[in-house]
Amino acid sequence: MADLKVNIAGVELANPLIAASGTFGFGREYAEFYPLSTLGGISCKGITLQERPGNPPPRIAETPSGMLNAVGLQNPGVDHFIREDLPWLRQQGTAVIANIAGNTPEDYCAMAEKLSDSDVDMIEMNISCPNVKQGGVQFGTSCEGVGAITAAVRKHCTKPLMVKLSPNVSDIGEIAAAAEAAGADAISLINTLTGMRIDIRTRRPIIRNNTGGLSGPAVFPVAVRMVWQASQRVKIPVVGLGGIATWQDAVEMLLAGASALQIGTVLFTDPYAPVKILEGLNRYLDEEKLASVTELTGGIRPW
Amino acid sequence: MKQYDVRQCRVVRFEQLTADVFSAWVEAGELARAAVPGQFAQIFVPGKTLRRPISICAIEEDRLRFVFQIRGEGTAILAQTKEGDSWDILAPLGHGFDLGDTARKVCFVGGGIGVPPLVAAAKPFGQNATVVTGFRNKDAVILQEDFAKNGNQVILATDDGSAGHHGLVTECLPDDCEAIFACGPTPMLRALAAEAEKRGIECQISLEQRMACGIGACLGCACKLKTEDGGWRHGHVCKDGPVFDARLVAFD
Repeated sequence: MADLKVNIAGVELANPLIAASGTFGFGREYAEFYPLSTLGGISCKGITLQERPGNPPPRIAETPSGMLNAVGLQNPGVDHFIREDLPWLRQQGTAVIANIAGNTPEDYCAMAEKLSDSDVDMIEMNISCPNVKQGGVQFGTSCEGVGAITAAVRKHCTKPLMVKLSPNVSDIGEIAAAAEAAGADAISLINTLTGMRIDIRTRRPIIRNNTGGLSGPAVFPVAVRMVWQASQRVKIPVVGLGGIATWQDAVEMLLAGASALQIGTVLFTDPYAPVKILEGLNRYLDEEKLASVTELTGGIRPW
Repeated sequence: MKQYDVRQCRVVRFEQLTADVFSAWVEAGELARAAVPGQFAQIFVPGKTLRRPISICAIEEDRLRFVFQIRGEGTAILAQTKEGDSWDILAPLGHGFDLGDTARKVCFVGGGIGVPPLVAAAKPFGQNATVVTGFRNKDAVILQEDFAKNGNQVILATDDGSAGHHGLVTECLPDDCEAIFACGPTPMLRALAAEAEKRGIECQISLEQRMACGIGACLGCACKLKTEDGGWRHGHVCKDGPVFDARLVAFD
């Protein structure tokens, strides 16, 4: 059996599969299916400085090979997370990544400080949530914005800092480079693509927020392309996500340049997807006679 | 047994009840033995990203019954099921009805495709339950014989008067019930919540919402609930519900 361990910014993961933020809550619901140590890590539901009620329903719409969501960062706040969820998560034998979103740079910095004093392994800075008026994406769509917020949070963050990038930009390579230059230890991409569905009878958008974030297999080719482009511009590890649903997708994303992976929407189709993806990945590594999964990262042979 | 899990379940009986409503009995093993009335299942649809949340209509030993309406592409695919096919089912999910003392006189009220979950819930009450169900017209009427088999007292209403009472289910409530259990369209639930409050009796209502994970992780299926301090919060239909104490639900 090949070695599945990966190291992301000094954090060792038992395998490259991380549950993507917003799809996995704080882990308790999925712990009913399998031990959370099955996963290399968990990126927790995005948290904000204060509790947030989230958007009114409907928040979900299915799309061809995917879905839209506009949950709007409903969460109990960073203090509640540290007090109520983190101690339990810490006991599950998996890396714990806190995902943070804010209205202002000060929010991000305050959370980074609180979490730097906590037991989390890594902080994932969400500057790419498309579903709230202020919640990050205003920082995430320009190189200046990404550089400024990353540099500001870097000063307050003693944990490894991963910046989660928005795909709703014209040049993902530039954005990735800006994050690295400002002190990010890793980047994760892609967050959801902004989308919309309309009920043709009522003429109302299906989602109450009008627009939502598109995820699922529909976005996978976009994610592979962006991970490929971003990974060529940075030396820090790239965590690839966006529509990964099978072990073949996982291999593809690693070849594109990812050092680790996040999976999200597929959990809704099949809660056991992580188990199946890891089985397939293991088999593939053996068939390809590879000793370590890290050998796949960036192994693409582009034309 | 885990609280909920995924199983491949053989469909042992599949019938069409009306033009767009179908009934499936599945062999669900321990999922069925763990289920209580009012809970639901997330049923995988080949080729679709999201499972379809469908209420549990009946529970008999190792079998579960689902009665569903074609509402879109996913349920249209499920409607093509043949007996002997297998369904990939995540169940049992959510918080069901708290039935309490089944010697009480209670009333079950259902509208349209909200009627199916009441079959399992009304069963233990036998003749103590009056089941009032409403449909668009006589062609949409379902499950009347199942309530009769439960020993329930059955009252039927239709919007156009083509069967039973011509009018709303809320016009047919018996005077002497101690609790109302209901599932159906929001205006009906709102009217029942108000009626129960007026009478000073308990009322439990089953809500629905567009859903993704079905287990409380993704926070997709939000519903507005009242808080003790006079405010509100977003609860979730899949985990906090689908059945709620009507006094807690904030109807906008």
